Amino acid sequence: MNFASKQKPAQPSPPTCLPWPREIVDRAGWLAFAESLAKGERELLSLWGESSNVHMAVLEEREPRLRIITLDCPKGSFPSVGRLHPPALRLERAIRDLYGLRAENAPDERPWLDHGRWGVRHPCNDPEKIDSASDSYAFLPAEGEPLHQIPVGPVHAGIIEPGHFRFSANGETVVRLEERFGFVHKGVDQLMAGASIERAARLAARVSGDSTVAYSLAFSQAIEAAFDVNVPPRATYLRALMAELERLANHFGDIGAICNDAAFALMHAQCSIVRERILREAANCFGHRLMMDRIAPGGVVVDLAQEKVTALFTLIEWIELMTPRLIALFGDTTSLQDRTVGTGVVSEALAKQYACGGYIGRASGRTFDARKAMGYAPYPQLTFEIGAATGGDVDARVWVRFDEIRASLRIVRQILDEAPEGPIIAAWALPEDWTREGAALVEGFRGDIFVWLRIRADGVVQRCHLRDPSWFQWPLLEAAIKDNIVADFPLCNKSFNCSYSGHDL
Amino acid sequence: MQKFLLQGLLRRALTEQAPIPNPASLAELGYTLGRTARQKLGRSLSIREVDAGSCNGCELEIHALNNAYYDLERFGLRFVASPRHADVLLVTGPVTKNMREALERTYAATPDPKWVIAVGDCAFDGGVYCESYACVGAVAKVVPVDLHIRGCPPDPTTLLKGLIAFVETMS
Repeated sequence: MNFASKQKPAQPSPPTCLPWPREIVDRAGWLAFAESLAKGERELLSLWGESSNVHMAVLEEREPRLRIITLDCPKGSFPSVGRLHPPALRLERAIRDLYGLRAENAPDERPWLDHGRWGVRHPCNDPEKIDSASDSYAFLPAEGEPLHQIPVGPVHAGIIEPGHFRFSANGETVVRLEERFGFVHKGVDQLMAGASIERAARLAARVSGDSTVAYSLAFSQAIEAAFDVNVPPRATYLRALMAELERLANHFGDIGAICNDAAFALMHAQCSIVRERILREAANCFGHRLMMDRIAPGGVVVDLAQEKVTALFTLIEWIELMTPRLIALFGDTTSLQDRTVGTGVVSEALAKQYACGGYIGRASGRTFDARKAMGYAPYPQLTFEIGAATGGDVDARVWVRFDEIRASLRIVRQILDEAPEGPIIAAWALPEDWTREGAALVEGFRGDIFVWLRIRADGVVQRCHLRDPSWFQWPLLEAAIKDNIVADFPLCNKSFNCSYSGHDL
Repeated sequence: MQKFLLQGLLRRALTEQAPIPNPASLAELGYTLGRTARQKLGRSLSIREVDAGSCNGCELEIHALNNAYYDLERFGLRFVASPRHADVLLVTGPVTKNMREALERTYAATPDPKWVIAVGDCAFDGGVYCESYACVGAVAKVVPVDLHIRGCPPDPTTLLKGLIAFVETMS
C-alpha cells in the first residue's frame, strides 16, 4: 500500500491569499513600499500584525489593484511605516498594543488601544500578565499663554459612542484637537482567533452596528475568495439591496443629525421619519431592522418575497418624492448654510494622503468607491454615479451624501427590476485540505471596509483582520476642526460620523 | 420650509399608539421602585444613555425612540446630556475594561434616587464578547441593574415596552 498516495496535496507555502496574492518581502522591500506610500505612488489600505510578522495592504495608484505584502519580524520589530507615512501611525500603535510588535524609530510610541486595564499586555500574542492600572497618557502639548484645555468624553452629551477629545483652545478657536480612543475596545481580534466561521461571522456583523450589512458582506466575500465559492447571482443582488438600504438609512439619519447639531430640528425630524420607514421596510423584508446576520458566506439567509418587492417600490417612490424636498429644505435655509459652509475643511491633499474613503474623501476630491474600483457583483451590471465635491467642508459632505442617496435609490430600483431568480445561497463545504487566506474590500456607507482572514484546514479562523474606514478618517477630523470654533465641533464630528466601535475593535 | 410646517399642522401626527408593557419587565421591576421615589418623581424621568462598549447598534435604536413614530417624550421620558440631570442610566454594551471606570463615575455622578436599565444582549451577559480579555461582561457586574431589555439590538417597540413598564411601576 502506497501511503504517500493517500496524503493530502501539499500545503502551498505561504498559503495563497485570494483574490490578491500575498507577497513576502524583506526589510528593504518593506521600506520601499513605505517610501512609495510617502511619495503618493500608492495608498495605504491597512497595516496589521500577527505573532511574528506584519502585513500591509496597499492600493496601486495607476490601476486600482490591491497588493498585500508581509514582512517577517522574528526579533519583534519592523521598520516603521508611520515614520515616513503618518496615516500608518495609529495602526502601528495598535499592532504594538495587541501583538507586541514594535515599529522601529516610530515618531509616536504612546499606546493607543491599551489603557493599562486589560490585566495583560499584547493580549493577542504571547500575553504577559500585568496588574491592571490606569496608564497615564501624555497628550501632545499646545503652548501659549491664552490657551486653555477642554477635555470631552469618554461619556458624551448625546446618545453616541464613547471616546475622548482634548481641545486646546484660544478663546473660542480650536488650536489643537487630539483624539484618544480605545474605550470600546472589545478584543475582537482575539475572539476571532480560534472561532468557527459561524461565530466569526456573528462577530464581524457586530463590529460596527451601523455597518452590519457591509461588514457581513466584506467578511463573507473574504471567505468566498478563500474557498473559491461562487455566490448565486440572486444572492449578490439581495446583498446589494441590503447594503444600499443600509446606506440610505444611515445617510438620512446623519443628514438629519448634522442639521440638528446646527439647531435645525425640522430637518432632523423629517430625516428621522425617512430613516424609520427604511428600517421598518428592512424588518418587513429581511426580518431585522438593521439586517444583522442576513448575509452569510455563500449568499444570503433570507429571500425577498415577491409581495415585498412591491412594498419596497412604494417605499422608494416615496423617498424619491421626499428627497428633492429635503434637499430644498437644506439648500434654501440660509441660517443652516451659515453654519455648514466653510466649516471643518479637509484639504484634498490630506484626503489623498490618508486614502480617506467614503463621503469624507469624496467631498474633498478623492473619488474612490470600492463598488466601482473593485467591481464586485452585482455593481458592474448596475448604472450609478458616485457623488463628488471639492469643497471639503461640512456643506460638501452633506451634498455628497445627497448624491449618494440619489445613487442608492437608482441602484435599489435597478435591483428590484433586474434581480434574477434562483438560489440565494451556494452549497459549499469546508474542503479540509489546507490553510486558506482570503481578502475583500467592500464599500460600506462610511467608506471602504477591508477584511483579510486565514482559515485553518479544520475550518477554524486563525486570524481575521477587519479594518474600518474610520482609521483613516478620524485623524482628518483633528485637522478639520483646527481654527474652527469649539461650538462647531459637534457639527464637524457629525458630518464625519466616524465609528468608534469599528476603530477600537 | 413653509410646506413642511404647514404639513405638520394639517396632517395627523405619525406617532403611534403606545405598546402594552412587557409582563416580564413588570415582574422584574415590581420590587425595585420605592414609594418615596414615586411620589418625588411622578411619571417624569430623565434618562442618561451610557455606551459602555456597544457596537452602536443599540444606540441607533435608542435614538429611534425620539423620532415621530415613537415620540418617547410623550411618556414623560427624555434624554439628558449629563448624569447630573438624570434619574435613569440606560447602559449598553459588554462593559469594556476601558469604559468600566467611566461607567462607575457616571453612576456615582447621578443623584439619588437613581435606576439603571441595561439595554441589549451585551449588557445582559456580555453577548458575543463575553469571553474577551477586554470586557467585564454584564452591566450588573459593575453597577446595580433594575431592568434588562434584551435584544440584539432591541427594536424601539421593545425598548418602549420596557420603559413604559418602568414608568407604570413607578406611578
